[in-house]
Amino acid sequence: MTNKNNTAENIHKTNVTPLDDTPDWTFDLLGQYQHEIARVADFYRLDTYTNQIEVITAEQMMDAYASVGMPIGYSHWTFGKKFIQTEQNYKRGQMGLAYEIVINSSPCISYLMEENTLTMQALVMAHACYGHNSFFKGNYLFKSWTDASSIIDYLLFAKNYIAQCEQKYGISEVESTLDACHALMSHGVDRYKRPQKISLDEELKRQSERAEYLQSQVNALWRTVPKKEQQENEKKYKFPSEPQENILYFIEKNAPLLQPWQREIVRIVRKISQYFYPQKQTQVMNEGWACFWHYTILNHLYDEGLVTDKFMLEFLHSHTNVVAQPEYNSKYYSGINPYALGFNMFIDIRRICEHPTEEDKEYFPEIAGSNWLDTLHFAMENFKDESFISQYLSPKLIRDFKLFHIHDDSDNNYVEIGAIHNEQGYKKVRHNLANQYNLSNIEVNIQIVDANVDGDRALTLRYTPHNGVELGNSKDEVLKHLYYLWHFDVKIIQEDSSGEDKVIACCPQKKADD
Amino acid sequence: MTNFIDRRLNSKNKSTVNRQRFLRRYKNQIKKSVSDAINKRGVTDIDSGESIVIPNRDLSEPTFHQGDGGIKDKVHPGNDQFSTGDKIPRPPKQQGQGAGQGDASDSGEGEDDFTFSISKEEYLNLLFEDLELPNLEKNQLDKLIEYKTVRSGFCAEGVASNIDIVKSLQGSIARRIAMTSSKRKQLKVLEQELLALINDKHDNIQQKRDLVAQIETLKEKIAKVPFIDTFDLRFRNYAKQAVPTSKAVMFCLMDVSGSMDQATKEMAKRFYILLYLFLSRTYKNIDVVYIRHHTQAKEVDEHEFFYSQETGGTIASSALELMNDIISDRYNDNQWNIYGAQASDGDNWADDSPRCQQILEQHILPKSRYFSYIEITQRAHQTLWKHYQQVEESHTNFAMQHIKTVDDIYPVFRKFFKKHTQSAA
Repeated sequence: MTNKNNTAENIHKTNVTPLDDTPDWTFDLLGQYQHEIARVADFYRLDTYTNQIEVITAEQMMDAYASVGMPIGYSHWTFGKKFIQTEQNYKRGQMGLAYEIVINSSPCISYLMEENTLTMQALVMAHACYGHNSFFKGNYLFKSWTDASSIIDYLLFAKNYIAQCEQKYGISEVESTLDACHALMSHGVDRYKRPQKISLDEELKRQSERAEYLQSQVNALWRTVPKKEQQENEKKYKFPSEPQENILYFIEKNAPLLQPWQREIVRIVRKISQYFYPQKQTQVMNEGWACFWHYTILNHLYDEGLVTDKFMLEFLHSHTNVVAQPEYNSKYYSGINPYALGFNMFIDIRRICEHPTEEDKEYFPEIAGSNWLDTLHFAMENFKDESFISQYLSPKLIRDFKLFHIHDDSDNNYVEIGAIHNEQGYKKVRHNLANQYNLSNIEVNIQIVDANVDGDRALTLRYTPHNGVELGNSKDEVLKHLYYLWHFDVKIIQEDSSGEDKVIACCPQKKADD
Repeated sequence: MTNFIDRRLNSKNKSTVNRQRFLRRYKNQIKKSVSDAINKRGVTDIDSGESIVIPNRDLSEPTFHQGDGGIKDKVHPGNDQFSTGDKIPRPPKQQGQGAGQGDASDSGEGEDDFTFSISKEEYLNLLFEDLELPNLEKNQLDKLIEYKTVRSGFCAEGVASNIDIVKSLQGSIARRIAMTSSKRKQLKVLEQELLALINDKHDNIQQKRDLVAQIETLKEKIAKVPFIDTFDLRFRNYAKQAVPTSKAVMFCLMDVSGSMDQATKEMAKRFYILLYLFLSRTYKNIDVVYIRHHTQAKEVDEHEFFYSQETGGTIASSALELMNDIISDRYNDNQWNIYGAQASDGDNWADDSPRCQQILEQHILPKSRYFSYIEITQRAHQTLWKHYQQVEESHTNFAMQHIKTVDDIYPVFRKFFKKHTQSAA
């Protein structure tokens, strides 16, 4: 199979009647386009989950937005707020709605918006149903972290469970718990630990037993800490024995006074956070891959004569908008567009494979001249944004984007150009761009270092700054939420310049006693 | 394998619950916004919702995120002028938040307010939350005076226009069957006998003749049973049912003497509008009667009520008298829920105030659900206030409040209609 040289150039136009290109879509036409797209996708070996394509209205799209793409979300005010925000922005014309939303599940659910033209629907199908879908199924992060077949069930379980809790314990209690969990959501993820293959199915079954069991464990744990005998060891005894990065996990397992249902809610938020974590890590790749394939598939159809010039012009218009990269001094500039970067990188990898230059051979000896489809699949399956960029960003692309690196040290009153798109700068630019997508640099490094189980049960977190960046000023608020879950004193320490630990935030604030 | 699903017909407003949660969560801020807005609102604008403003920082959800300081390395596209090693003054903030920063840092900067609209329904709910119409329960049960005609089965007598054809014909069929069945049985027997005789070998002429005659008479008798009889007729029956009356009339009384300037009237108007909105939540149809007075009272239309200028002295009792006349004239207190609201700057001809008290106590208050008096003035209270105070002490359906500035209106309104938790006892 690997020898198959699948290039669009090899395909000659035959006498085929092109598909209808009226602007208004019908389910029949969608079916025809879908059929052709599926055929081409298969030709390029895109392995996908079964597609479930749902046609929705703009309002439903805003709903989907508000629930962060979860098809079934539990009720919480923050989703209401997001909906109102989206609606306001949409009504004021400040933003268009996304053409599609796709959900990493099996079957893979994609939403098509009713208002789209036929061309847009075709683009979206190629993009979401075959691009994103195959990425979800193929990329190692998704494979190891998420279980597409059970996510919908889990979300449904979560929704019902939380609704039940609201009835039993009151909306306000549940809301406070959820607020606290949301504040710590991005710290509910295992970053460094490799996960075991998770099976949400099984966990569901064991859920209620686990809740009771855990509660009994925790209570017992606290009660049975021997007092007299261990007094000598007290200094040495350290819990947790190693710093814990997954704060929500630690809370779920160890918070002394949490109700069983609250533990389950912590768990739900943690699970959902974990489920979305790979999407955060592969933004550029995921979008790039999807853009690459909608572009390639629809061009393939064009080469076969199945779609008309009119169709292609509309398609290219949308496509160009999506992958546009404004320059740093443009008023539209808001950072690097992941669609643009990802799309161009995949296109560039294909170019390196098919038409390598001397420079490419020097930079990418192992892929220059290789089978492009194999190389692309390999890249999609085995990387995340950070490693993908440091592996595949070519000098040519750096030149095309005219990338430059700015070094901003707050000790100086100027910023310095660290590197530009020249021979000396390529590697530095690439290195820094890759780092920019390294979540461990972006998200703060804050870990639980001590829970004083023998004493006042105070919880200590350590903030380790990256490159000397301070912790943002909402830390006190977050700490209140953490205190709500832990019920005993919590504080954050940070090593200051002289090497001593200093408390940078604590809750309750010093004066209060409890 | 691909499935298409048309979800467009699925229930809309999936976010409604979340929206309500949001409103619930920010109730205090929203309420503040609502009561701020009521004073800014165009007074004629009573049918729209309201735009709610909440400071963004109140809404932000805190997360641990990176703050200032330290070393930041960023890569940007589109280099047009820089070379390695260039030192540029640090650009102003907000610039260069690289992609990938994601939603990690939306707090801090961006102090824009969060503005959104609530519907009229939501607006009124918030506006009148915890308020109730006083004395509503007590009086309403006594006065189930209005009747509604409702269908109630059928009866044997009635006017022709109420005949129910189907029921009547059903009765007719039943009667005819009942009256003819024995004869039909007989007829059947006779006819069979006749048939037997005809088939008989013998002539049996006489017997045949008898039988034929008997059959004839029977047939005649059957035919004589009338197709329809007065006995069959059924008429639709109607009954009167008492329904709680849901009509309300609101009397707006205002002093328009020279001392009332336009600003004072505006304040009164805002109060009336609040009252109107509030009543409209309980009653479907509300009549509004505008009575303005100086030394004489006159019923006027809305525009004249609020905008025409008069001068002269003040005799408040004239308005109360007119109100009383109009009530006896047009608004029978058995059928109408009567609400009165009087606004004045407190000026009144001193000898007239006892008379006002008397009219209120003897005529108006017994018929009214509620009568409120607001005095809009910066000065000391005069005789009218004192006499009204006596009324207030002895009557539960009378209330009075003092308004100094526009900001007082909504709080005063709330005071009037505050839910009395003890009122049930």
